[in-house]
Amino acid sequence: MLVIDGVVTHYGPIEALKGVSLEVRQGEIVTLIGANGAGKTTLLRTISGLIRPTHGRITYEGRDLFSMPPEQIVAAGVAHVPEGRRVFPLMSVAENLELGAFARRDPAGVREDMERVFRLFPRLAERKTQAAGTLSGGEQQMLAIGRALMARPRLLLLDEPSMGLAPVIVENIFQVIREINAAGTTILLVEQNAHMALATAHRGYVMETGRIVLSDSADRLLKNEAVRKAYLGG
Amino acid sequence: MGRAAPLSFVCAVAHLAGAYFSSRNRLRGQGGGGRLIWQQLINGLVTGSTYALIALGYTMVYGVLQLINFAHGEIYMAGAFAGLLLVTAAELPFLAALVLAMVIAACVGVVVEFVAYRPLRRSSRLAVLISAIGMSIFLQNLGLWIFGPSTRSFLPPFPVVSFEIGGLRTNTLHLLTLAVALAMMVGLQFLVARTKMGKAMRAVAQDREAAALMGISVNRTIAFTFAIGSALAAAAGVMVGMLFNAVTPTMGIMPGLKGFVAAVLGGIGHIPGAMLGGLVLGMIEVLGVALLSSQWRDAIAFAILILVLLYRPSGLLGKPAPEKV
Ligand SMILES: Nc1ncnc2c1ncn2[C@@H]1O[C@H](COP(=O)(O)OP(=O)(O)OP(=O)(O)O)[C@@H](O)[C@H]1O
Ligand SMILES: [Mg+2]
Repeated sequence: MLVIDGVVTHYGPIEALKGVSLEVRQGEIVTLIGANGAGKTTLLRTISGLIRPTHGRITYEGRDLFSMPPEQIVAAGVAHVPEGRRVFPLMSVAENLELGAFARRDPAGVREDMERVFRLFPRLAERKTQAAGTLSGGEQQMLAIGRALMARPRLLLLDEPSMGLAPVIVENIFQVIREINAAGTTILLVEQNAHMALATAHRGYVMETGRIVLSDSADRLLKNEAVRKAYLGG
Repeated sequence: MGRAAPLSFVCAVAHLAGAYFSSRNRLRGQGGGGRLIWQQLINGLVTGSTYALIALGYTMVYGVLQLINFAHGEIYMAGAFAGLLLVTAAELPFLAALVLAMVIAACVGVVVEFVAYRPLRRSSRLAVLISAIGMSIFLQNLGLWIFGPSTRSFLPPFPVVSFEIGGLRTNTLHLLTLAVALAMMVGLQFLVARTKMGKAMRAVAQDREAAALMGISVNRTIAFTFAIGSALAAAAGVMVGMLFNAVTPTMGIMPGLKGFVAAVLGGIGHIPGAMLGGLVLGMIEVLGVALLSSQWRDAIAFAILILVLLYRPSGLLGKPAPEKV
């Protein structure tokens, strides 16, 4: 579904991605783990068009994403839940969700999806009219995921959804991620919480300083000696 | 200063001014100073409403781009010329001329954004500021080249009738100016709060990248913001052109600065703040002129700018918090 081939991305003179290749197949949850500064966020931002890569190819459902602006990539069916949630702080929960559906032209479907988001996250339903900036961290993460779902994506990019959240909330969020996937959305999940991520995903990639250094099924990565040492605390 | 501060501030100034007038008039044995002050406040309200229209453009553009569009005064000037020519040369009815002048100015605003600001989207703020000043000077000189330096008369294409309400003199042109400004503000409020484009504007202002991830075209939203702000400035330009019966290529300089002061006074980036800032500035100005002399008119605006920047940089309505979360 998504094929990334030899992607190089620069921030000015800094080469943040040094030729990354990776594939996500229809229906999968694929996780990308790696230490701080490895380039995980940069890769997701490159996929969704927020930064232009300098080399390489990104194809999604056979279409070239390389030179598309972000709004076209969203319209093509790729939604991105950015690192740090990035909800619109001064807008209400409902307005944030409506913005997630900005590119859609089917009001009935949008209303249906809003109900679905409220079923997935009942906490959001109780806070419809509350300004997003006043939500707790966990609620903001739920809103960020719900907002992305409002685009009715076929591929969902998630950047560290567990960041800064209590274990119960993380548990809850990962449960929802599995439900979203079970309902047919393919997921590329970036995580620091390698244990949770590998327990949830089908396959995984390990990234170090701008390169993919390892890829395997999630089960085997969980048992891998090097991965255990570096990312699972021994 | 709290929420009620602007009102109480105006009241205090009005009170002082009222006292001054009464004492002066008592010496002359006339009385009726209170009425004079109210008369001045009406004039201030009319001027202030045009400042408010100009301030809205500054504040909306600042909201989406964190940029002070110093060419905004020239767009106001372009709008005034467009209105004048449409009324005199094209002999359009006033409302049609006003709307068309707004459309023309909106196009000028979009072109300015495209030429002077879009190529610098990723450059330093200093580069953008220099580009803005360059664009302002360019448009002034373009105006001088096309229209010449002389002042053109802009007589309202409708009869201006003076009358009194409750002992206060006003006329149909003043009332029309207030009505136009009010209609624009209500319309803008609706646009920003309710329409899809308004939501896109707010989203881009709050988080440009997150807005892009929603499928919002950031470039189109910014262009649209320039269009709306420029149209409002044109409406102000047309009204002021008639109020002073004068249109010149340099007419945008002072109102441009006043609009900027009004936007800062209200809280830059804050739409109701720009409306309030314009009205408050207009009223302080006339009161200041009444108390001191008309030579002080422009100095008052800049004194306000300096005071606001020193003591309350977030303005009357802006939250005294960091720019972004
Ligand atoms: N805007 C930027 N300008 C310059 N360099 C940047 C920028 N954003 C990221 N980088 C650099 O690119 C590299 C990769 O950063 P990135 O944010 O992609 O890492 P990450 O794997 O997501 O890390 P983390 O787990 O901490 O979120 C880092 O060395 C970082 O310093
Ligand atoms: Mg990251």
